[in-house]
Amino acid sequence: MSDFTLDRNVVLPLLIPNPHDFLIVTGLAGPARDIVHLCGPNSCNFYTMAGAMGGAVPMGLGLALAQPDKRVLVCTGDGELMMNVGSLAVVAAMNPMNFGIICVDNGHYGETGNQISHTGLGTDLAVMAAGAGIKQICTVFDESDIGDAADMIKVGNAAFFAHLKVHDGPPANVKRSLDANYTKTAFRKALLGIP
Amino acid sequence: MPFDIPSPPPGDPSWPYEMYKLLKEEGVTQFSYVPDAGLKVMINLSLDDPDVHSIPLTTEEEGVAMAAGAHLGGQKHVLLMQSSGAGNCINMLSLPRIGKFPFLSIVSMRGDFGEGNPWQMPMGKSIQPVLEACEVVCLKIEDSSEVISTVSAAMTMAFQSQESVCVLLSQKMLGIKKF
Repeated sequence: MSDFTLDRNVVLPLLIPNPHDFLIVTGLAGPARDIVHLCGPNSCNFYTMAGAMGGAVPMGLGLALAQPDKRVLVCTGDGELMMNVGSLAVVAAMNPMNFGIICVDNGHYGETGNQISHTGLGTDLAVMAAGAGIKQICTVFDESDIGDAADMIKVGNAAFFAHLKVHDGPPANVKRSLDANYTKTAFRKALLGIP
Repeated sequence: MPFDIPSPPPGDPSWPYEMYKLLKEEGVTQFSYVPDAGLKVMINLSLDDPDVHSIPLTTEEEGVAMAAGAHLGGQKHVLLMQSSGAGNCINMLSLPRIGKFPFLSIVSMRGDFGEGNPWQMPMGKSIQPVLEACEVVCLKIEDSSEVISTVSAAMTMAFQSQESVCVLLSQKMLGIKKF
């Protein structure tokens, strides 16, 4: 049982009240469901993964560099981020001001049987992000932290890392497309007007 | 002022400059890399070029995912890496495969023609069959006279046919590191 009390289903809508103001790339499993639920399953402003673990941050970074006038978010879990934690250093090196990471950290591998993860055993991803050189970092432990984090997500002058500590309850139960090509085409049509 | 690609110093091979020019003419604006001696000139050109993003990676698979993100946003991305690093990309290559994202990488070979470091041999021998098992098209260059035609073909297959393509630069062209 984790020490954290926040429910991801409650706190994410408070952190991102206007999800359609963003382009969002998600890691696999829980955060993909979180964002599809938040934006609505028929929205075209997100790209959700169901594999390619460790790819969410670099994919979002590639998108952010290509779209400097849009605000780009990566929403991913602690397990997905730990798979490629070096990508935090790549983000710090490039430091695009239109880009940030929201890590939904429940201290568990929720998709595979709820095994305790490294963050559940003491690893602090916000400290790792700071060590990687990311300048704007915010940890959300309880309701009182939400306002500052929401402001940082909305606007900023450097790449940010929002560390969201939640209990290990389930993400939203929402159906989503697992068709990686369809999702790509819908996203590009909405953003660029071409498939 | 657009970036002027410099001329190679006297006696140096011209192919890295020609390849860089070709990639830019195709519209590539993101160059990610894990440093490698065989790609040093291209990496440094991208670092000096204010018109492109030059992205230092911590592991090669980041470049595979970045290329997909760049395509989502309407830009073209090329990953510069050594053959040993291509092994780090295997699972991430599922992203361009199932998403039909263009993926192009320029791969400098170790562990092929004349290799003197036995540690480089395992991946040198394995990398092409492993990449091909992942449905990546591998185009090998052994002579600098093949650079323009091969990289042009690779760009068309990647960016027009949405394939995953690796151009493998043999040590026969790069030269053999002495130990």
